Amino acid sequence: MKKVFERPKSLTDVPFSYCPGCTHGIAHRLVAEVIDELGIQERTIGIAPVGCSVLCYDFFDVDMQEAAHGRAPAVATGIKRVHPDSIVFSYQGDGDLASIGTAEIVHAANRGEKITVIFINNAIYGMTGGQMAPTTLPGQKTTTSPYGRDTEACGYPIRISEMLSTLDGPAYIARASLHDPQNIVKAKSAIRKAFQAQVDGLGFSLVELLSTCPTNWGMTPVESLKWLEDNMIPRYPLGEYKVIEGVK
Amino acid sequence: MAKGRPVFNEDRCKGCQLCTTVCPVDIVHMSERINSRGYYTAEVTDPDKCITCMKCARICPDVVIEILREATKEEK
Ligand SMILES: Cc1ncc(C[n+]2csc(CCOP(=O)(O)OP(=O)(O)O)c2C)c(N)n1
Ligand code: SF4
Repeated sequence: MKKVFERPKSLTDVPFSYCPGCTHGIAHRLVAEVIDELGIQERTIGIAPVGCSVLCYDFFDVDMQEAAHGRAPAVATGIKRVHPDSIVFSYQGDGDLASIGTAEIVHAANRGEKITVIFINNAIYGMTGGQMAPTTLPGQKTTTSPYGRDTEACGYPIRISEMLSTLDGPAYIARASLHDPQNIVKAKSAIRKAFQAQVDGLGFSLVELLSTCPTNWGMTPVESLKWLEDNMIPRYPLGEYKVIEGVK
Repeated sequence: MAKGRPVFNEDRCKGCQLCTTVCPVDIVHMSERINSRGYYTAEVTDPDKCITCMKCARICPDVVIEILREATKEEK
């Protein structure tokens, strides 16, 4: 019998440190599969964030660099400009990218830096114990919004993909979800387009992946996928928000 | 659909149960076994029924599952 599904080569053998059922692991696998399929493992450099995926430098079998909280797009900019033939991606959570790192992501996108950003939106700060993020849904309970996010005091969730797609710099921006196998297949094709856009030198690319944090949401992994589908997708519609000519 | 079967690397399983919810022929279930990391593991109860749709492997967050498929007539 032939192996038709196996661990991608661009993942090391190190077991993921994530909680049971956390979709960070699915996102990692998809990124590694795309790197394998495009044949770019030798020239890829990844930037690890601060957050639960801080240790992803142990999991991706490519050159990796850790960045300070939120600063991954700035570090990626430097690396890409010094090594223009490399393929540079950052992997960032919503606390990292949409909160402390908002300035970095907006300006990297606006400058059209030829980097790829994988943005994990799980509507919460995972690593630090479940505080409210800018992406937390109205009414969602977190440790810092124990009565639910109050939009009067804390505003509404930021839609990063829509916001960045108003800029002229980006070549490709899409939002996908990891809540079922069909959507996981779609997410992979978005990640592939994003990396391909960089390989083709077209400009900045970003894929937002709706994800779960069962531990801090206080749900089982199975309940979490359902919660994502029922609550996050209406607030964060899936689809491609920016596709310039030449993206394939 | 092509015949084949999933292979679980049980020591990597964290017992999250996601794979047990997506199998169209309902052959992925939780076992009574506890692995070296202390988690109950998922298993395939009737591998002959597998249609190699790969849904269990796609949703597994820990890359526990490999899928084997029998060669088709053209491939043989
Ligand atoms: C400068 C700085 N401020 C704050 C922190 C604390 N901190 C660590 S991770 C984190 C948020 C992580 O959330 P997210 O990016 O959503 O990733 P997740 O853990 O959910 O994957 C914060 C605020 C820090 N490490 N450094
Ligand atoms: S705390 Fe949440 S985001 Fe972090 S590993 Fe656990 S489930 Fe995943």
